[in-house]
Amino acid sequence: MPTDLHYLAILPEIITAATGIAIMLLDPFTAPQHKGRLGWLGVAGLLAAGVAGAAQSGRTMTAFGGMVQLDSYSVFFRWLFFGVSIGTILISLQYLKREGVHHSEFYALVLFATTGMSFMAASVDLILMFIGLETVAISTYVLAGFKRSDPRSNESAVKYFILGAFSTAVLLYGIAFLYGQTGSTRFDRVAEALSAQGPSAFFLVGLALLLVGFGFKVAMAPFHVWTPDVYEGAPSPVTAFLAVGPKAAGFAALVRVLYSALPDMENHWGDVLGLVAVLTMTVGNVAAITQSNIKRLLAYSSVAHAGYLLVGLVARNELGISAVLYYAVVYALMNLGAFTVVVIWSGAGETRVHLSDYAGIGFRYPFLTGCLSLFLLSLIGIPATGGFMGKVFLFAAAVQSHHVGLVVIAVLNSAVSAYYYLRIIVIMYMQEPAAQVPSVEIPVPAAVALVLAALGTLLTGLYPSALLDLASRSVLAVR
Amino acid sequence: MFIFVALLLPVVALLAGRLLRPQMGHDTKLRPYECGVEPETDARERYSVRYYIIAILFVIFDVETIFLFPWAVIYDKLALFGFIEMLVFLGILIFGYIYVWKKGALEWV
Repeated sequence: MPTDLHYLAILPEIITAATGIAIMLLDPFTAPQHKGRLGWLGVAGLLAAGVAGAAQSGRTMTAFGGMVQLDSYSVFFRWLFFGVSIGTILISLQYLKREGVHHSEFYALVLFATTGMSFMAASVDLILMFIGLETVAISTYVLAGFKRSDPRSNESAVKYFILGAFSTAVLLYGIAFLYGQTGSTRFDRVAEALSAQGPSAFFLVGLALLLVGFGFKVAMAPFHVWTPDVYEGAPSPVTAFLAVGPKAAGFAALVRVLYSALPDMENHWGDVLGLVAVLTMTVGNVAAITQSNIKRLLAYSSVAHAGYLLVGLVARNELGISAVLYYAVVYALMNLGAFTVVVIWSGAGETRVHLSDYAGIGFRYPFLTGCLSLFLLSLIGIPATGGFMGKVFLFAAAVQSHHVGLVVIAVLNSAVSAYYYLRIIVIMYMQEPAAQVPSVEIPVPAAVALVLAALGTLLTGLYPSALLDLASRSVLAVR
Repeated sequence: MFIFVALLLPVVALLAGRLLRPQMGHDTKLRPYECGVEPETDARERYSVRYYIIAILFVIFDVETIFLFPWAVIYDKLALFGFIEMLVFLGILIFGYIYVWKKGALEWV
């Protein structure tokens, strides 16, 4: 028996995967009206996995022949992913019933995707990272097309599948180049070989392909074109999940690869990512201005936010990575929150997703619109919200490493973004409502998710030090 | 240098082939290859989507047996550890089988 397996190191992932399988197994034996129970089973599994993850915090070990690394970094991201998935399930419980697609496979797929995301953050081996990425990708392709009879959902799934498969191939090609040059897929061995051989052409090609592959996954410009169509067509809770979970997982893996496997090429990837960051922010924000569909608007906003996150990567210092971790959490809170409101307000069949559908509802639904306004203000980066502190840390890190030009562009972009976020608030509070304001009921689980996200957004804005401490302690494992 | 040769080779090969080969148009060349049998119908025929599910299920359980063979060959060396690992692997697939069965994917309606 191999001695270095250490199953305990992946206990949280085992729990999430086993819960997913259990849900699939129980599904045929569950009456259609009780499918929600399996959703709650999923939440319970994720909570249990979170507890198992908490029990491991502070420990550092490698497992499975140096493929998995349990450290504060992976623990940090695990919690983020479990939280995101719990939020997604809470939003979906009522949504799936409303849309008439209440199949418990949804919850199982979310759990499988969570397993994959966790592995992406914990992997210190290119192959395991790739498998994690594929687990996420395949689950999310299905989730994007979950409303089988809705052509737009199908379109979204097909587009996501084709472009996703293509980008996966590119990523794998990059991995092949790195393996060909170094003879190993482990991050530490790749780093050793790199420092011994210097950045040769093979390394450069490998890095370039790797960045393109990740560029697709986290929607960096110019590889973001799939984002608006996929986000618009996918069921809204899935869009929320896509915009938050796989994106954060992509960044988690990208940071690990760049800092642990390719640290000696930091000038190469630093320069490229600097340019990509500028492009991503600008394209995302400028394109968002012209959108009239709130899901497309939030899709472009998520592109722009990938650009802000890249600023932290370009900074190439400890504060930069901790800021990326910090912002990933804050971004998850505010984006998940904003999408929760979209899910609730869109109504049966997701008919109300146009910006004009939000006209004048501000005082009819103070809870919904108040929360949405908070999340939008946080997305702009208004003080007292988590988004503000996140941007402060990201930009401070970039200034620390003398990327002042980049920060100027990022701040200008934030100013541009204020236009389209504030426009929604203006529409909600200052425009005349339609003749008949439709009535919506706010399901309790979604309301819980909404309140938690709002509290999180405020707390991270008012007391940033706790989360920042946690983030900066988690970073030490990478550098 | 390697990149240069790698890029050049297919270009030269395809170009040389295009210039050198005799150009003879013939109807049979455009027909789908049916092992020498005269094709009877169009190749693009509609068939039941159920075959798709059957094919996918076949692939999964076919791959399962591929993994079973090497395991059986070195079963003695893997001992109890290998046995338990295989039980987990088979367990997951059997759960999948139960799921597929109960969902009615195996019934030809």
